[in-house]
Amino acid sequence: MTELLKIENLKVNFRTFEGVTNVLNLESLSVAKGESFGLVGESGAGKTTLAYTILKLLPIPPAFVESGVINFEGENLLKKSEGEMQKIRGKKVSMIFQDPMSTLNPVFTTGQQITRVLQHNQGLHKAQAKKRAVELMNLVKLPDPENILSKYPHELSGGQRQRIIIALAFSCGAQFLIADEPTRNLDVTIQAGVLQLIAELIRETNVTVLFIGNNLELVSLICDRVGILHRGQLVELGSIKEVAKHPAHPYTLTLLRAIPKEKREKIDLTQIALKAEERLAEKGCRYAGRCLKKEKICLEEEPALKHIGGTHYIACHL
Amino acid sequence: MNETILSVKDLVKYFPVRGGVFTKAQWVKAVDGVNFELEKGRVLGLVGESGCGKTTLVNVLLKLEEPTSGKVFFEGTDLFNTHGQQLRRLRKNIQIVFQDPFWSLNPRWLIRNIIGEPIQVHLKPPLSQLVKMVEDLLELVGLPREAVYQYPHEFSGGQRQRIAIARALALRPKLVVLDEPTSSIDALSQAQILSLLMDLKNKMDLTYILVSHDLRVVHYMADEIAVMYLGKFVEYGDAEAIFQKPAHPYTQALFKSAPSISVESVNDLFILPGNVPSAINPPSGCRFHTRCPQVMEICSQKEPPLVKIDRDRLAACHLLN
Repeated sequence: MTELLKIENLKVNFRTFEGVTNVLNLESLSVAKGESFGLVGESGAGKTTLAYTILKLLPIPPAFVESGVINFEGENLLKKSEGEMQKIRGKKVSMIFQDPMSTLNPVFTTGQQITRVLQHNQGLHKAQAKKRAVELMNLVKLPDPENILSKYPHELSGGQRQRIIIALAFSCGAQFLIADEPTRNLDVTIQAGVLQLIAELIRETNVTVLFIGNNLELVSLICDRVGILHRGQLVELGSIKEVAKHPAHPYTLTLLRAIPKEKREKIDLTQIALKAEERLAEKGCRYAGRCLKKEKICLEEEPALKHIGGTHYIACHL
Repeated sequence: MNETILSVKDLVKYFPVRGGVFTKAQWVKAVDGVNFELEKGRVLGLVGESGCGKTTLVNVLLKLEEPTSGKVFFEGTDLFNTHGQQLRRLRKNIQIVFQDPFWSLNPRWLIRNIIGEPIQVHLKPPLSQLVKMVEDLLELVGLPREAVYQYPHEFSGGQRQRIAIARALALRPKLVVLDEPTSSIDALSQAQILSLLMDLKNKMDLTYILVSHDLRVVHYMADEIAVMYLGKFVEYGDAEAIFQKPAHPYTQALFKSAPSISVESVNDLFILPGNVPSAINPPSGCRFHTRCPQVMEICSQKEPPLVKIDRDRLAACHLLN
């Protein structure tokens, strides 16, 4: 398997009034060509920051990349200039953003927005771009393409908008797709359709995917492999089967346990420590403050990712 | 049997849509004939896609909207036939926790003012006593007492939702409407908020109406469920019965489209074809017939009544009669 994306020793920090906070600290993470990799964690874990770092869309300042390498097809993205990045964004790496309500520009029709991307990125003429836009609408299964292309975003439903954003992400033949919680804010009935569409497009185009979600169940429907992110660090990594069926890290267990399943089945809150500490501890495991099984070593030494069988890795002393 | 706290009779709420010069004015039928009774201490879960009228229904129950027709009784008093002092007293008893705590808390106000406003309006205590009451409320929802002199931006999503809950509970209400209380916060905070809500319910003897499209949240909290589609209840009854064996095809579709760990592949998710039809011109007959996987001839002609289908519940479907 060839690696399409390889991240090494990536450290991303934010400067705040209270000092520098580390938001991402990834020792190594690689995504193979054709693979769908899922990233799960609570809000503030650094999922979106990672997506933005890959695309170099991070607001600098307050953010800055302290160290690290992001190799995409053997080239370090972090060393690229803005001009070079513009040739990569959309064409090689594209992204489905989180909120379908605010991603599209409200003052242009959806058709204008799609054809502009096609003209700019692929050098198509206006008529060609229009034709391609109609094809894209068919690709994402939106009925009556001409009509939809003539509408403004506010005239469309959330599901339709999200489909247009998906069409945009697939419009320029990118090999790598970052999907940042693409079904957040959608009804379950709409969500099911959008998920199936994404899965189908992934299969057809053989694109490599980084799928971000805050819900392991949802991610497991799309991805082959999953990483659990906690405060900027991977705490568990493995195939979907390994992680969902045999979660090993206490944090993963907590995430799964937090989902209510049965009626009034008591959610065991002793397992869900009240809140993450505001500041990171100087040393030791970043989860130790909330972990119930913590021992002395957890407070002193930071655990490294270790192999526990198959493709399954966890970062825990226990 | 417990006493009834809320009783809704043939509630209808239409919104006008202005026609042009040559077109007639039309009506959006947001809530179209809803009947239910809620007993004290119970939790009613209101489920349905966006645009089905959940929020409109809730707004009418809070008297934020006047109904087009129909009646709402709160502990026997007609909500829309009460005025002046009597209405003020009534309003204390019905409170709401809004969906998004990033929008529902005024960013320029201290927590003291946010939680204290309803207290000031209704009880007019001296300042020192007000601060103490707010501190007690903060403690009740699991926040530090010092939070009184902080601003909303200093708190995370889950903490903000606790503040919103404290504000809703400030006047010791009897009925609290929870409008998607956990939809904008992550799974861990959600678990904490849900168990806080259940604790408070027992402690303060509350009745809840829970609006949500997350079926697991509804399953966890609700005693009874009402499934809404285009302004009407299509299934209504005991929560456990409905979760065990959903009867209406729409309820079944909702349940089958939610991802869960037991679903192996995306293709096992059930997809309901099409969108929710326009509420201006709802389909003839059964409103669900345009998307129903088990549609029959009668469905487009005759509207099925909401009738008792077994011991614990009502449903509106020709298949079940």
